[in-house]
Amino acid sequence: MTELVATDPLPKPKRDIAPILLPITLALVTIPLIGSPSTWLTLTAASLAMGMMIFIMASGLTLVFGLMDVLNFGHGAFIAVGAYVATLVLAPFAASVQADSLWVNLAVLAPAALLSMAVSGALGLIVERVLILPVYGQHLKQILMTTGGLIVAEQTLYALWGPQIIPTPLPTSLRGSFIIGDVAIAKYRVLATLIGLVVFIAIQLVLNRTKLGLLIRAGVENREMVEALGYRIRRLFLGVFMTGSALAGLGGVMWALYREQVHASMSDELTVLIFIVVIIGGLGSIGGCFIGAILVAMVANYGGFLVPKLALVSNILLMVAILMWRPRGLYAVTSR
Amino acid sequence: MMILSGDPPKSRVLTLVLVVIILALAATPFLFPGAKALNVAAKICVFAALVASYDLLLGYTGSVSFAHTMFYGIGSYAIAIALYGMGPNWAAVATGIVVGLPLAALLALAIGLFSLRVAAIFFAMITLAVASAFQVLASQLSWLTGGEDGRSFQLPELLRPGTVLISKNLLGFEINGRILTYYLVFATSAVMILALLRVVNSPFGRVLQAIRENRFRAEALGFRTVFHLTYANCLAALVAAGAGILNALWLRYAGPDTSLSFSIMLDILLMVVIGGMGTIYGAIIGAAIFILAQNYLQSLMGVASKAASEAGLPLLPGLLHPDRWLLWLGLLFIASVYFFPTGVVGRLRNAGAKKSADTSH
Repeated sequence: MTELVATDPLPKPKRDIAPILLPITLALVTIPLIGSPSTWLTLTAASLAMGMMIFIMASGLTLVFGLMDVLNFGHGAFIAVGAYVATLVLAPFAASVQADSLWVNLAVLAPAALLSMAVSGALGLIVERVLILPVYGQHLKQILMTTGGLIVAEQTLYALWGPQIIPTPLPTSLRGSFIIGDVAIAKYRVLATLIGLVVFIAIQLVLNRTKLGLLIRAGVENREMVEALGYRIRRLFLGVFMTGSALAGLGGVMWALYREQVHASMSDELTVLIFIVVIIGGLGSIGGCFIGAILVAMVANYGGFLVPKLALVSNILLMVAILMWRPRGLYAVTSR
Repeated sequence: MMILSGDPPKSRVLTLVLVVIILALAATPFLFPGAKALNVAAKICVFAALVASYDLLLGYTGSVSFAHTMFYGIGSYAIAIALYGMGPNWAAVATGIVVGLPLAALLALAIGLFSLRVAAIFFAMITLAVASAFQVLASQLSWLTGGEDGRSFQLPELLRPGTVLISKNLLGFEINGRILTYYLVFATSAVMILALLRVVNSPFGRVLQAIRENRFRAEALGFRTVFHLTYANCLAALVAAGAGILNALWLRYAGPDTSLSFSIMLDILLMVVIGGMGTIYGAIIGAAIFILAQNYLQSLMGVASKAASEAGLPLLPGLLHPDRWLLWLGLLFIASVYFFPTGVVGRLRNAGAKKSADTSH
């Protein structure tokens, strides 16, 4: 028996690093398969950028589920709304977008992205109050209500701005690639990766280093206990929901610039993608969501290069493989 | 009562409505002349069976599946590809059935075993992912499925509109292959709905309801819930594929829009919710109301939209455009989940139960 002294640090929980090694291994294994190192680097950079964008969109969804057991099938609507807001706001400032100066470009891009986040977040407030609050705690009705919400949002976009694809021009200074040796890496992908990393680190810091984060993590683990200690978990949840919606809006802006277009039904394909990511990562886990997003993007990019025919079902195969290994996703956080 | 498996509608108004719907469907070829009425009636029959099979999942086990149109599509495509490839003969029809039904059941088994083990919410997400992958697959494998164009095909001789079985001067109206096909659809749908009624009123159906109410408790009582849920999933898939076969036979066509698209999934969800979850009868009423509205209200929306644009109102023409039909559907959907969670059947049954409770006191 070892004697515990009060000043001893608490025993650390064991770190589970197998999931972290997974994308790294995947990346290393594909080097010989792809052959050319420069192609591999380009593909890896593309996967990282795409993964970060998917992560930004999916992070809110997984937290909302973890914290309140609410699965929002309408999460894709926030993505589409964010993308539309940015596109419409940027349209009158075409001159600044076309200007060949990074600072002028960012000076219009950043406020547009912030506005998109604000609108998506506000929409999140409405959705939470109108659609989710009345059916709180009933899974079946939640799924039905939020699916209905997604249809209404999508159709409203159609009714207001028509069924056509609207172009979202990428600012001039973000076009083109950095060329290092014979490796070409698109500038916008570097920016997307940076933003994704900043968001990931910010979420991790808030969750692990602040009292708010402590409450959220405690809520994910045991909601009733946090409530019993006198915290208003409903308000906490509303905050998380709005933040998640705002992040989805940011992801939508980034995706629109990546594809250089927006469409009212863009949320459909993305909803499926972020669902797969959230399932792979383990419902409620931010770390798992991050790894899942990178994995999905890697499989899409490497798979699309190596076996183009397989790209259609590669996500499903990845999900099947992961769930065979860990039936509750990479990191099972919730007790549910 | 035998034929209804001891589960009558339990409300006088409901019985009356059901009888009217079924009689109207049975007599459509004679009561309402014209191709459109017959098309609408056939669609109601097909969807009543399809929605009833979905009700087995949603209403009786409480699990939300987004892959139901996939099974419907498998049935449609199986018969379409068989008749397209082998020519219009009965061997092709048999091949389509023999290939389509087991394929749907096997896929449902795989999905069920895979995703019903863990949390119920997984099932909804995984079915959505699988269904969307299948949709992409169906549109990409164009050598087999015809891609976005789908596959049109000829029916066997007996079922063609040109085949006159009983000529006009014998009975006063003509019975041709088209009407025979309609009755084939009608009868098969009726048999499938009665079979589903049998399933939900069996001990197996009771276990499903127990799982819906409290899965943990059902498991504690010794029921293998994964087995029951997967079994129900396979049964529902079988009936859905059967409905898909009927749909393809009626339309003489299978394509992404008529048999696979996500909007059909939403239609099914809406019909179940409007009709009443967990009743099977709700499927008939939901399908009848919904399809009548879809076919006859949409043209009304067009008129309203035109009137609004002529009056120079902002926004309204766009919102009322017939293509924005889904917007109003979505709002109706949310409202009915919120205000009428038990649907039409639940409402009528409750009203009936209250009345009989009042008189007995």
